[in-house]
Amino acid sequence: MPGFFSPFITKPDSVSQIMLKVLMALIPGIALYVWYFGPAILVSITLASLTALATEALMLRLRNRPVMPFLKDNSALLTGWLIALSIPPLAPWWLVVIGTAFAISVSKHLYGGLGNNPFNPAMIGYAVLIISFPVQMTQWLSPHGLGAIQLGFIDQLNYIFLGVFPEGIKLDALTMATPLDTLKTQLHLDGQIREILDMPIYGRLAGHGSEMVAAGFLLGGLYLLASRIISWHIPVVYLGTLFAVAGLFHLLDPAHYVEPLFHWFSGAAMIGAFFILTDPITSPSTHKGKLIFAAGAGLITYLIRAFGGFPDGMAFATLLMNICVPLIDAYTQPKVFGKKEQKP
Amino acid sequence: MRSLFKFHGGIHPATNKAQSNHKPIAQAALPSRLVIPLHQHVGNSAKPIVKAGQHVLKGQIIGAPEGHVSSAVHAPTSGLIAAIDMQPVAHPSGIPDLCITLIPDGHDEWSAREPCADWKALSHTDLRHRLRDAGVVGLGGAVFPSDMKLYSHKHQIKTLVLNGAECEPYITCDDLLMRERAAEILQGAEIMRALLYAEEVLIGIEDNKPEAIAAMRSAVLEGRHERMEVISVPTVYPGGGAKQLIRVLTGIEVAAGVRSTNLGVQCFNVGTAYSTWRAIRHGEALISRIVTVTGHVGQPQNFEALIGTPMDELVAQAGPLPDTRGYIMGGPMMGIRLPSAEVGVIKATNCLIAMSDSLFPPALPALPCIRCTRCVDVCPAELQPQELFWFAQSKNLLKAQEYHLFDCIECGACSYVCPSNIPLVEYYRFAKSEIWAQETSKKAADAARERHEYRELRIEREKQEKADKLAAKEKAALEAKALKSAAPLPPAVEGANVSLCDAPVDADPENTMQLKIQAAIDHAKQQAAVSKPENTEHLTPQQQAEIATIEARRARIRELALSSADEHTKE
Ligand code: SF4
Ligand code: SF4
Repeated sequence: MPGFFSPFITKPDSVSQIMLKVLMALIPGIALYVWYFGPAILVSITLASLTALATEALMLRLRNRPVMPFLKDNSALLTGWLIALSIPPLAPWWLVVIGTAFAISVSKHLYGGLGNNPFNPAMIGYAVLIISFPVQMTQWLSPHGLGAIQLGFIDQLNYIFLGVFPEGIKLDALTMATPLDTLKTQLHLDGQIREILDMPIYGRLAGHGSEMVAAGFLLGGLYLLASRIISWHIPVVYLGTLFAVAGLFHLLDPAHYVEPLFHWFSGAAMIGAFFILTDPITSPSTHKGKLIFAAGAGLITYLIRAFGGFPDGMAFATLLMNICVPLIDAYTQPKVFGKKEQKP
Repeated sequence: MRSLFKFHGGIHPATNKAQSNHKPIAQAALPSRLVIPLHQHVGNSAKPIVKAGQHVLKGQIIGAPEGHVSSAVHAPTSGLIAAIDMQPVAHPSGIPDLCITLIPDGHDEWSAREPCADWKALSHTDLRHRLRDAGVVGLGGAVFPSDMKLYSHKHQIKTLVLNGAECEPYITCDDLLMRERAAEILQGAEIMRALLYAEEVLIGIEDNKPEAIAAMRSAVLEGRHERMEVISVPTVYPGGGAKQLIRVLTGIEVAAGVRSTNLGVQCFNVGTAYSTWRAIRHGEALISRIVTVTGHVGQPQNFEALIGTPMDELVAQAGPLPDTRGYIMGGPMMGIRLPSAEVGVIKATNCLIAMSDSLFPPALPALPCIRCTRCVDVCPAELQPQELFWFAQSKNLLKAQEYHLFDCIECGACSYVCPSNIPLVEYYRFAKSEIWAQETSKKAADAARERHEYRELRIEREKQEKADKLAAKEKAALEAKALKSAAPLPPAVEGANVSLCDAPVDADPENTMQLKIQAAIDHAKQQAAVSKPENTEHLTPQQQAEIATIEARRARIRELALSSADEHTKE
């Protein structure tokens, strides 16, 4: 039992408080989400939270671990929220439940639970869903004012849980492809960037509505930086790399490569930079390592977005870089006190 | 303004010094008995040179230094030696050690002292002898015999650093000492400077002690001390660690396993400088020290307490409170839990903190490491504590060493910030002691193997020598026969003997054997070198003492680990 040996005092700071702050930092983005896309996302978040806690408790019990201290650490909740935020809100209820349950049980607990998972559980959940249920995963709601019809909250609930729409309405009328998706499709159809961006789904920087949600995550991310929950290394270098690579292509061929700010405010770039890549368990622990990790993720994100088969590359970039973490850490060990001049 | 250097990391725990630093140092009452351990310093235990029933005078040597690294122990007051036996001592293990129990007679009568008005007239050797006989050891907590550290060649040491930083929370004994006895501290520093041939004296004091800084500065001016500077350093734990203070004041980083003197610096605590002065100028042995009594007590204060004063008698003078859950000796970051409140004050006792549940809430259960690297951010040794933890936990001791386990100064900053409440330092102590234990047994095994190999060789050699002699004899006999009868030589009885006999002179068996033995020894040595023995090979006495401490802790950790595992499963 600690408390018998020094130090006898500790900072009143706990894993659960850290996770709670991260959850709080997600709120501006979620609020804007509700504003632009309706309250369906709150239903997914609630479903994800319940599933996450239930799965966590079950797995802890199965692994014969104390349930309460771990449930209170809020880490499962965070995984659930991130999954809810990465899948279409107007999806059947089982989608978010399967994704969350898989993330917590397989990619967290089968790897040894909190602190031992090599991959970001939320991204594993997302990857499993997009591969297994590609159709459901692309039914994104159109923002207010853009879709042919808007659905009320009750109608949204009816669809999520019962799969029924008010009479005469079809799913197609409510949803559309994401801005990144649309861009990709249009480019394939030989569109030019300038014409494509004139389409109504685009706003000032990127997708109408979604760009504001990204800005909300940026705001929350800045709060995390200010309260020293995360360090600058990963978000700055990730966004910097994404900007630099996208900027380079854009400069070379502006007609076919969209400008870098579009990339920042599209898809999961912002939430990824501040909330996903910065997950301490699955990112390097050395400063140098963080820089390499973030630069790699930025590059891969861009490559998948511009040339790959999926509209957004954030999740796969995260998972690919997660694999490299032990190696990066091993090769970036800094010199210790008093031994800096020596060659290793 | 002198420009200061920074060290990496550090933390800012609540200092909790205000409780005890507003009252002057009080003279502690003469206790009913004194329990004086003979091993209060790093190095060999002192040897008792008095008998039970003997009457002793204040300042009389009762334990003589033994061996090179050792220090004398004195009677803190006049009285009767009641016992020389094993008693609990201020050590977390609770393992008793040899102590002298003295019952004061109340006269407080001094033995003959040997004051010295002009220490400059004394030779350096003489000064060092006086310090050793006066039992002067480092009072900052390391309790290393000071005479050993006050040796240097000319022009080797540039800077003498005096440590008045006192970075640990709660402790204020150096603060008060500097406020009240600045002039004497500086006089002691002059003796140290002379012994070390040091050019400058830098006195580092954390900026949360403005009174002490002012007192020391005016004492420097009044005493007309040349090349002596009082420097206010930023308050950050562990800024008072010797390595950290040296770094802040001089920019020099003393790596683990390197002597600071080789880099031109030596560091002493201000209290040690004070004791040095008392010992040389007044011939007073180290028989008392300033102890901060604070924490869960009614009137926290600093006391000048005799060595051997039972801790509970000392606390009694600071207004003990109910619900006291135990005592910490030292600070809350690096101090130790006392096994009993009756153990005697020792030379290392700078602070006594009474614990209550509200001041020191029981630690929360540990969660797994989430690799948040808060520990990395605060580690003054610039280590990766979370990796060390991982290796220590999985008992990957080689890896732990590769990640510089032995550079850890056990400051506890990492444990302090860890949001998962992992007792990180405990794991490091455990891993260090495991490595020491392994290397000790490895050495024993090597020695045994060496002995064994040598024995095999010896047996073989003896056999061959016997055979040799036999062959020589036979040969001689045969030759004699041949001479006598001129009969043809029979075939050799043992081929080996013949070939040995026929061997050229320079490969005589004796020589070959020695070569073989040497090779075996070399081989054993090489084997030992491969397994990195340096951790136990070049141990300072301090580390050896630590090993003993850690051994005891280790047993305790095992116990705790088991019980906490139990708890977890119960929950
Ligand atoms: S502070 Fe604790 S949880 Fe964080 S990395 Fe260090 S050991 Fe792990
Ligand atoms: S105890 Fe060791 S590892 Fe932890 S902060 Fe101090 S030096 Fe670093």
